[in-house]
Amino acid sequence: KPLDFSKKPEFSTNATQTPYEKVSSFNNFYEFGTDKDDPSKYADKLTYDPWQLKIDGLVEKPITLDYNDLLNTFALEERIYRLRCVEAWSMVIPWTGFELAKLLKQAKPLSKAKYVAFETLYRPDEMRGQRSRFVGGGVEYPYVEGLRLDEAMHPLTLMSVGLYGKTLPPQNGAPIRLVVPWKYGFKSIKSVVRITLTDKEPPTTWNRLAANEYGFYANVNPEVDHPRWSQASERRIDTGGLFARNRIDTKMFNGYQEVAPLYQDMNLSRFY
Amino acid sequence: MRRLLARPARLTRAQILTGKTLVHLILAGLLTFQFFLGASNQLGADPVEALINFTGLNAVHLLFITLLVSPAARHLPCGDIMRYRRLLGIYTFVYALSHLLVYILFELQQDWSLLASEITERPYIIVGLCALLILTALTVTSFESLRKKMGRRWQSLHNLIYICMPLVLLHYSWSQKTIIAEPLVYWALAALVLLPRKDKIRSWFAFSKTRRR
Repeated sequence: KPLDFSKKPEFSTNATQTPYEKVSSFNNFYEFGTDKDDPSKYADKLTYDPWQLKIDGLVEKPITLDYNDLLNTFALEERIYRLRCVEAWSMVIPWTGFELAKLLKQAKPLSKAKYVAFETLYRPDEMRGQRSRFVGGGVEYPYVEGLRLDEAMHPLTLMSVGLYGKTLPPQNGAPIRLVVPWKYGFKSIKSVVRITLTDKEPPTTWNRLAANEYGFYANVNPEVDHPRWSQASERRIDTGGLFARNRIDTKMFNGYQEVAPLYQDMNLSRFY
Repeated sequence: MRRLLARPARLTRAQILTGKTLVHLILAGLLTFQFFLGASNQLGADPVEALINFTGLNAVHLLFITLLVSPAARHLPCGDIMRYRRLLGIYTFVYALSHLLVYILFELQQDWSLLASEITERPYIIVGLCALLILTALTVTSFESLRKKMGRRWQSLHNLIYICMPLVLLHYSWSQKTIIAEPLVYWALAALVLLPRKDKIRSWFAFSKTRRR
């Protein structure tokens, strides 16, 4: 379904965009299986309308948004972001959405709130990976993620409801997902049903599964290798095929230097 | 039917030759076709990952098939299928070598310093390379003339295939992001293939120990 939106060039890159067919057929969404083409094969089972997204926890005004609210409450804008996967490939994707900060401000976080926890839909009838540990890679569902409140309030942090100007296909996290472009892709949780403000660092799915490989922060960082592969460079999946020379250097914070002040006094190889 | 099975079937030279030609056509054909699909950008969003998975996974499949030839020859009334074992073993090597080449040429894109650091720092890649080294050694000694010349040492060298299997599966499991994934099925199958040979494997280990002394 086409969406109405404005363009935000100051946040966008002009790098070659990854074609829609690739963005929507090469996904990690273990709720539908661990192969890259499983989500596009099996996510059509997902019912995303009706939908309910709850914002609760340490807020003055808890909110519940239904499917239409997601698309109509905030003015939508298009942002062309680089997406860097922890597996060392990357894409360039035009997302349509609104800043998470706008949503959080409406719920009015209490001063005690320090972190934001996110949760994906848990519906085993429609998600084959949640029905079987074997299909879902042994992940404990629902999938959960988290950000520090200041990261969540950063203007780059987007709640996306669409890509390429149309509503999200289910394999990309319909009807609403998070996009945090300076962090590895697994932080950008899909098909979100709940956003909870807390005073403690919330658990995150990949950290629970392998804490030595995936940290809470998961900032893109060419200097901190994944224990099993280098993060110094990445393969950019865009229009090229097998012979594309698409290996490029990975940049700190995926090239989004404006977030550096968030981590001023932190040792980022310890808090990876 | 029963009478047909009771009498061991012998294959004529022509039949064996036809069979071997078919094996070549299928295995070389599939590999070439997959590279053609990759080159013409018909392997989905990331042809590199698709080719790495295709060559790696099918090398594992071929290793299983190769290891099944001798028990099959023993239990089926057609011992002549043993004549296909070397060919299947060599194709296991060819697929495994293609797997490494895809990794170097298309995944790392000839970034030699990255290759050097990856093969020294990443244990799962080292394990995979060890398995490929074994396959290489078996392939270059697979000629009939060398087999005769090497005598008993040929058999003990080629028994390394039993070590190759767990190395390959370790490489595969380790490359995954989660432990519960497809490789588990292959470990179970490997146990089925290797357990009936446990006496042979044990005696071979004993043999190599006494020899070292």
